[in-house]
Amino acid sequence: MDFFRPDSLAEALAAKAEHADAVPIAGGTDVMVELNFDHRRPAALLDLGRIVELHEHGRQDGKVRIGAAVPYARIIDELGRELPGLAMAARTVGSPQIRNRGSVGGNLGAASPAGDSHPALLAANAEVEIASIRGTRMVPVKDFYTGVKRNVLAPDELITAVHIAPATGAQQFSKVGTRNAMVIAVCAFGLALHPDQKRVGTGLGSAAPTPRPATKAEEFIATELDWESPKPLADSVLRRFGALVAEAASPIDDVRGSAAYRRHALAVLARRTLGWAWSEHLGGGRRACA
Amino acid sequence: MRVNVTVNGKQRTADDVWPGESLLYVLRERLGLAGSKNACEQGECGSCTVYLDGVPACSCLVAAGQAEGGDVRTVEGLADGDRLDSVQQSFLDTGAVQCGFCTPGLLVAAHDLIERNPAPSDPQIREALAGNLCRCTGYEKIMDAVRLAVERKQATT
Ligand SMILES: Cc1cc2nc3c(=O)[nH]c(=O)nc-3n(C[C@H](O)[C@H](O)[C@H](O)COP(=O)(O)OP(=O)(O)OC[C@H]3O[C@@H](n4cnc5c(N)ncnc54)[C@H](O)[C@@H]3O)c2cc1C
Ligand code: FES
Ligand code: FES
Repeated sequence: MDFFRPDSLAEALAAKAEHADAVPIAGGTDVMVELNFDHRRPAALLDLGRIVELHEHGRQDGKVRIGAAVPYARIIDELGRELPGLAMAARTVGSPQIRNRGSVGGNLGAASPAGDSHPALLAANAEVEIASIRGTRMVPVKDFYTGVKRNVLAPDELITAVHIAPATGAQQFSKVGTRNAMVIAVCAFGLALHPDQKRVGTGLGSAAPTPRPATKAEEFIATELDWESPKPLADSVLRRFGALVAEAASPIDDVRGSAAYRRHALAVLARRTLGWAWSEHLGGGRRACA
Repeated sequence: MRVNVTVNGKQRTADDVWPGESLLYVLRERLGLAGSKNACEQGECGSCTVYLDGVPACSCLVAAGQAEGGDVRTVEGLADGDRLDSVQQSFLDTGAVQCGFCTPGLLVAAHDLIERNPAPSDPQIREALAGNLCRCTGYEKIMDAVRLAVERKQATT
């Protein structure tokens, strides 16, 4: 096995173009488990640890650009105000040790339906920046996932960043699991109010072969919310929203939960998170956490 | 491959490292530092926790080559010679060590917490130690130990 340790993005892309079978490693919190348990024996590892561009975040065209390898801990500490939904999701990942190394780029690379960043990225309409020696492209996150643990990356491509508009309204993230730490989501739900666009963004996790938005629920609620003179939401509206979110799921039975339970729980999460976000919108204040 | 890494302030070199092996393996099997424990090799138990470039990480999830040129501090590097760090002393004084397998990782995690937060609340202590499993103590003595270490630190500063 080879170990490539590029110092710059250009070097990394050249290495990936030449060695398509080299497995990128950022925080290593997915890759190393596979190596330790002999689930994977790649021809080479491509360490992204020294590439400064991948560990920085900043503003670009009005959006927050987060380098692919920025660990969750820094997203929580440094971006919680601009990206509250993603920060909430990040707080639920693993443990402090995992959050110190694990990254959104790695979550996208693994593309697990249970990855916690996905619902928040979907709700916020994030875009994934992907690069190769052939150039750079931007992919809306809803088009990024192609199947269970599969994504649109070509063999010579690396994820370089995600771009997310800073929140213009309340955002929420909720996850069902057996304890507060170290939990793979039984199901998860992300929600973002976009008052500037008069719409609500959603994202479902652990609910289908890929993370996905609940499009019909988004369309329904867009017609129900009065952004000009906001009023408290009728319970029937919250319930209808929850039911449409549950309908958007196509969950499976597995060791973590049954499909029926997941659908039920998603309806509850959707109803609650919308209620919290809308009352924050009404009150003008911001809830810190779900 | 060869890996050069600073461990507890000393420059160390490991040879014939397989590129897919973990920093934990390098520390234990190649550098003879058996303090960091190997229990799960999947990031769940925290018994392998070390500081890597000042940040606590599960050394079982760091590829050896990723640590090249890095600065590692293990449980062996917490004490000052024969003088235990106050976190270590507090674990002893409160009976927070039973079989001791989880202790090295907990010490590093608790040490980091107290460095960053001089007055942690109980929920903050629990959150900071959420990545470290202990099968013996039931955690109450560990909570006592961290509270005592916090008190001692506050008394000396
Ligand atoms: C104990 C434990 C608990 C966990 N808990 C959670 C949890 O609660 N929620 C959750 O979502 N996840 C969890 N995970 C999984 C993991 O931590 C996350 O998926 C994390 O986001 C992975 O990031 P990483 O930087 O460590 O990725 P890595 O392990 O370095 O990489 C993951 C995958 O992405 C690829 N990759 C990485 N970076 C790039 C890039 N820039 N371009 C292209 N491909 C890339 C890699 O080749 C690999 O296939 C947990 C893992 C462990 C070990
Ligand atoms: S051995 Fe590394 S976390 Fe358990
Ligand atoms: S003292 Fe035995 S595992 Fe903690």
